[in-house]
Amino acid sequence: MAEGSTAQQIVTLKPSKGWLGLDLAELWRYRELIYFLTWRDIKVRYKQAVLGIAWAVLQPLVTALVTTFIFERGLKVQTGGPPYPIFMLAAWLPWHLFSNALTRSSTSLVQNANLITKVYFPRIIIPLSSILSAMVDFGISLLILLGALVFYKVPLTLNFLWILPLTLVAMLAALAVGLWFSALNVQYRDVQHMVPFIAQIWFYLTPVLYPINPTSPLGTTLYNLNPMVGVVNVFRWAIFGESYGYQPPSSGLLISLGVVLVLLVGGLVYFRRMEKTFADVV
Amino acid sequence: MDKDTAIIVEGIGKRYRIGAAQERSDTLRDLVVGSARRFGSILRGGKARTGSDTIWALKDVSFDVKRGQALGIIGRNGAGKSTLLKVLSRVTDPTEGYGELRGRVGSLLEVGTGFHPELTGRENIFLNGAILGMHRREIARRFDEIVDFSEVSQFIDTPVKRYSSGMYLRLAFAVAAHLEPEILVVDEVLAVGDADFQRKCLGKMGDVAQSGRTVLFVSHNMSAIQRLTQESIVLDKGRVLLRAPSAEAVDFYLNRGLSKLGERFWEADEVPLTAKPFVPLAMRILDKNGNVSDAVRSVDEFTVEVEYRLDEAITGLRVGYYLNTTRGEPVFTSFDTDDAALFNEYTSRPAGTYLSRCTIPAHTLNEGRFFLGLNASAYRIKRYFQDDQALSFSVDAAGSAGTHWPEPRPGPLRPQLDWEITKKA
Repeated sequence: MAEGSTAQQIVTLKPSKGWLGLDLAELWRYRELIYFLTWRDIKVRYKQAVLGIAWAVLQPLVTALVTTFIFERGLKVQTGGPPYPIFMLAAWLPWHLFSNALTRSSTSLVQNANLITKVYFPRIIIPLSSILSAMVDFGISLLILLGALVFYKVPLTLNFLWILPLTLVAMLAALAVGLWFSALNVQYRDVQHMVPFIAQIWFYLTPVLYPINPTSPLGTTLYNLNPMVGVVNVFRWAIFGESYGYQPPSSGLLISLGVVLVLLVGGLVYFRRMEKTFADVV
Repeated sequence: MDKDTAIIVEGIGKRYRIGAAQERSDTLRDLVVGSARRFGSILRGGKARTGSDTIWALKDVSFDVKRGQALGIIGRNGAGKSTLLKVLSRVTDPTEGYGELRGRVGSLLEVGTGFHPELTGRENIFLNGAILGMHRREIARRFDEIVDFSEVSQFIDTPVKRYSSGMYLRLAFAVAAHLEPEILVVDEVLAVGDADFQRKCLGKMGDVAQSGRTVLFVSHNMSAIQRLTQESIVLDKGRVLLRAPSAEAVDFYLNRGLSKLGERFWEADEVPLTAKPFVPLAMRILDKNGNVSDAVRSVDEFTVEVEYRLDEAITGLRVGYYLNTTRGEPVFTSFDTDDAALFNEYTSRPAGTYLSRCTIPAHTLNEGRFFLGLNASAYRIKRYFQDDQALSFSVDAAGSAGTHWPEPRPGPLRPQLDWEITKKA
């Protein structure tokens, strides 16, 4: 691949066996393909939609409006401090990034079947780039949240920088689950019908529309097994600071991180194992 | 491994599970039901299904290619050519054996891989280039060259969904042709486009072969194989039958593989499962006396006959053929229900064995060798079966129009036309 590289590249063909590790060096050589496939996904999505980029703006705005009306006005949900729209948006942002990336990556391999059966490249690039393409929507939503913060006169602190690692964790979580689903979907096409349903249930189990304060330590631990709980809670803390009583990153986030890593390693192993059959089965 | 060797392949084999297409669990429900059934039969004392439903698409394939050599690969449909190229380009892993490729590998298993209809020509050049393994800088540097070669410069900022199929293919080939790998693996890219563009592609391929790069070239185009490669291997049923200088290999292939005296039979393993319920049985050429023959005369009429079986009734079926030159240039296409009245009569063809036949009138074809491709399909619904190289035959022009001049006449047709010569007053 490398242009002008002097070392002769030798490709070996042999039956693959056992548990292959993730070849990061190879992934690095293919970085431009990751870039181009991400770029393609973004470009095609906004080109095809009539509303284009406006869609990405409307989604968080309308969601904030509707949920405020139903949950704050209707069901009288107490946020414990921040105004409901920004309370909701601060959690909806990382959640939406996660579910968006997850849904897209799950169908990515099947949608790119024509590439898989024709050209060699590390297959993981496909779910990876579909996850990266979800960043555009996230970026737009983030701008809307910032606008809302200005509107409600909520000051930002340095804690805000925490959203960078949190975003990364949300994307890793999407990748971890996406690797499983995308590889399964190659063989069992009904996985793609299950994913939106799973995402829906997962959404209710994550405190996006409502605040959560489990009273028992056991409850907290169980709750943190859902990695998105840690992400969402700390995301709120990063935005509102401690002024509304949100907890700074604690062991809860570490548990979430541990769960993500376990899922990710499992997903990588499974994906690499199935990868060699993709071209024959898809 | 010798320093001058670019590709070495030793005992490569690739096994497919036949069930992989037919019985694979397409949905989780099938998986659950299937597992329960198997479990049930084990409980009843039956045997669990074993993995015996497999076929070897490749078996014991060994060869090597010297650096700078162009090697042709020929064989019938289903001989294992595509599987071999897929293994060599690492799209799929071999089941057994070992191989080594020295140098950057570029594969053209299909031009336009990854083209997106919504993106413009310009965008697709970059995307397709990246998919084929080019770097952005490299593509940018060669961009103008690619656009020039493709002859679509006016439309370069138009989404390719608005391109004609010819423009689309030209652009796709242009990107692929400017890929500069040390080893180029090519599958049948020349079967596309008009004759002019094919010539241009062949020229480009010749340049690649001459510039000291290693080329593996699969084609049904025998003249291209002979022109571009020094040596060829003939594959049949997944095994290498012969490796010889290309002229010899092409001869061997044409005489043995395809033209069994103007008759072609299909064996069960040559027919993909997707063809069901259509089962091709035979295709043959009958001379004016009704004898099977692979050599007909331009001055005589002859008959093309297709024999097939339908295991179930098919609605809207049409069975017919493409007539092509050995260069892959189409001459004409004809189906048995081209006549609207016949089409209405056979709206639904019940199960049974059929013969579809038609006579090609005398004074139609010029001398040379031709290919017949079989096609059985329902328009816009399903293509049941297709074999682009079902049968080949040769035409002798002796005695036909203009043969009193011993000169070759270009073109695939040699009609006898009613000329009128009048002197103007």
